[in-house]
Amino acid sequence: MARFLIRRILLGLFIMWMMTLTVYLIFYIGPGPAAVARTLAGREATPQIVAEVAHRLLLDRPWYVQYGHFISLLLQGNLGYDYYKGESVNSVIAAAFPITLSLVIGAAIIWLAMGVLSGMVSAVKTRSIWDRTFTLLALLFFSMPTFVLGFLLLLGLYYELTVSGLPVFANPGAFTSFFSNPLAWAHDLILPWLTLALVSAATYTRLTRGAMLDVFGEDYIRTARSKGMRERRVIWRHVLRAALTPIVTQFGLDVGVLIGGAIITESVFNLPGLGYTAVQAIQQQDLPVVIGVVIIASAGVILANLIVDILYAVIDPRVRLH
Amino acid sequence: MVNIGAGLATVEEFAGAAPEAEVAKKIEGRSPWRLAVARLRRDRAAMTSLGVILFIVVVAIFAPVIAAITGHGVYQQFRTTGLTPIGQPIGPNSTFLFGTDDQGRDILVRIAYGARISLIVGVLATLVTVVGGTIIGLAAGYFGKLIDTILARFMDWLLAVPFLLLAISLVSVVQIHPIGPLRPGLPVVVFVLGVFGWAAVGRIVRGQVLSIREKEYVEAARALGARPWRIMFIDILPNLVAPLIVYTTLLIPAYIVGEASLSFLGVGILPPTADWGEMISESANYYLYGTWWFLVFPSLALLITTLAFNIFGDGVRDAFDPRADLFV
Repeated sequence: MARFLIRRILLGLFIMWMMTLTVYLIFYIGPGPAAVARTLAGREATPQIVAEVAHRLLLDRPWYVQYGHFISLLLQGNLGYDYYKGESVNSVIAAAFPITLSLVIGAAIIWLAMGVLSGMVSAVKTRSIWDRTFTLLALLFFSMPTFVLGFLLLLGLYYELTVSGLPVFANPGAFTSFFSNPLAWAHDLILPWLTLALVSAATYTRLTRGAMLDVFGEDYIRTARSKGMRERRVIWRHVLRAALTPIVTQFGLDVGVLIGGAIITESVFNLPGLGYTAVQAIQQQDLPVVIGVVIIASAGVILANLIVDILYAVIDPRVRLH
Repeated sequence: MVNIGAGLATVEEFAGAAPEAEVAKKIEGRSPWRLAVARLRRDRAAMTSLGVILFIVVVAIFAPVIAAITGHGVYQQFRTTGLTPIGQPIGPNSTFLFGTDDQGRDILVRIAYGARISLIVGVLATLVTVVGGTIIGLAAGYFGKLIDTILARFMDWLLAVPFLLLAISLVSVVQIHPIGPLRPGLPVVVFVLGVFGWAAVGRIVRGQVLSIREKEYVEAARALGARPWRIMFIDILPNLVAPLIVYTTLLIPAYIVGEASLSFLGVGILPPTADWGEMISESANYYLYGTWWFLVFPSLALLITTLAFNIFGDGVRDAFDPRADLFV
């Protein structure tokens, strides 16, 4: 177990290192440093001032010198400084992360509940009207691009209701910290949650239905039934548990990717989370911020994979970690 | 000449997949390929969605005709008839069936032209992904050892990458500074989707090759002195055609969404080219004025397209291998 963990963590660190290197190289293919110094110095600046700015930010050095500097700072837990705001990247990320986290946690709870429950109903009552309805809805939302759903919800629920004098939903972009007012927190995030959840839930409906139908055919389910076990118990204890493995895998992957920023949902709702911050930083060629978000995003994916692998052993005793 | 049908017959799953009634009717050599097509033709949902797809293709091809019939060019701005006195888009009416956008352009005509971009990017990026993934997966699986280790690690790395972040970074750099043939707009979008997408195909192909290369007929080919390339492409590849076709039909809608998403984020197809993602993104600045048509029609176009491809893809998967769990 310990060896497995150490190997996976080392592999994860290696992948993160590759990521930072890739982003650095992409940045230096383009006119990154020159463009940044030029913008920072302002319209009126003489070439000397531009050079001075570039020099102070190390932007006139070769990329590997800058990369070395970045790594040495990183080893001290410092992600460097945002070129434009002059703030430390640590604090930029510390401000954006709670927003992304709130968005993902809320949406994940909703989509897991919707997806798994609808998939269970579909599998238990195959070919019923419920099964058909859920299968159709899953197909619809599976095909729905996130930003399309987001805007349609904004138009249909936020705009139309607000115009008719029923401002049920919060303005896009609003965010209240959970710790200052949990109710306002949930109220502000309902539409982003719904958007992300509906789009994601479709996959879980299909996954749960398929996996449970497979398990229903297993011998041990027949055994459980033939010894007189109640159907409800068979479904929850035996079928669902065995069907949980693919669901957990998918859940781990999805949450892992989104922790690094739900880029599209955040952009639709103007939520200044990690994804939104990263997109803006990329447009401004603000490398330190981009690198910072990339590191968090990779860490999210790697950590989620690790947790999924450990969970396997808990859910399915047949799996042992080596 | 490679006989695709004959190659398919070696995938064991197909033996059980053929409905008994069909076999009993008439004793006739039916390749699994033909059985799959027959099964697909009986699938009403799949056939309907194929009709929808063909309709979209026709619209894309004949977009200039639609422009000619309406008399509205794709870039033509109707500042007097297509905008309100204060410069707002105009809703659907007899001249502009789907209304106009923020610059007084006909949304119907722009949707027709947008279909071209969606289909071209969807198909091209899928081709890049499938061809690239197949070749690399074949090489990794067949040669094994060091080549496999390197390629498999690389695929793992690609699959763990935050795709959208890297894609946006790369496209935004190319937008300022084109790299060789990588120009802003369509070329870089296809490149980004293909380059970050092939690993998923590569992993599936590699897994299949690992088991197929131990089969007797591969050993026989090797004993006859066949070269590695011949074994890979003539003996092994035909067995992979079924999963690859299924994967291809399901990748196209995913890439259509991918392209629209990149354009929505401002790093895809550049204005003034008509593109669904870009239109939706523009309309977002206007929904607060109640110009629903500007948002709803391009959204519907995108949704109907991806839905049709996904339903058709599901049908193809069921037809080729009713028990396949490739995508679970």
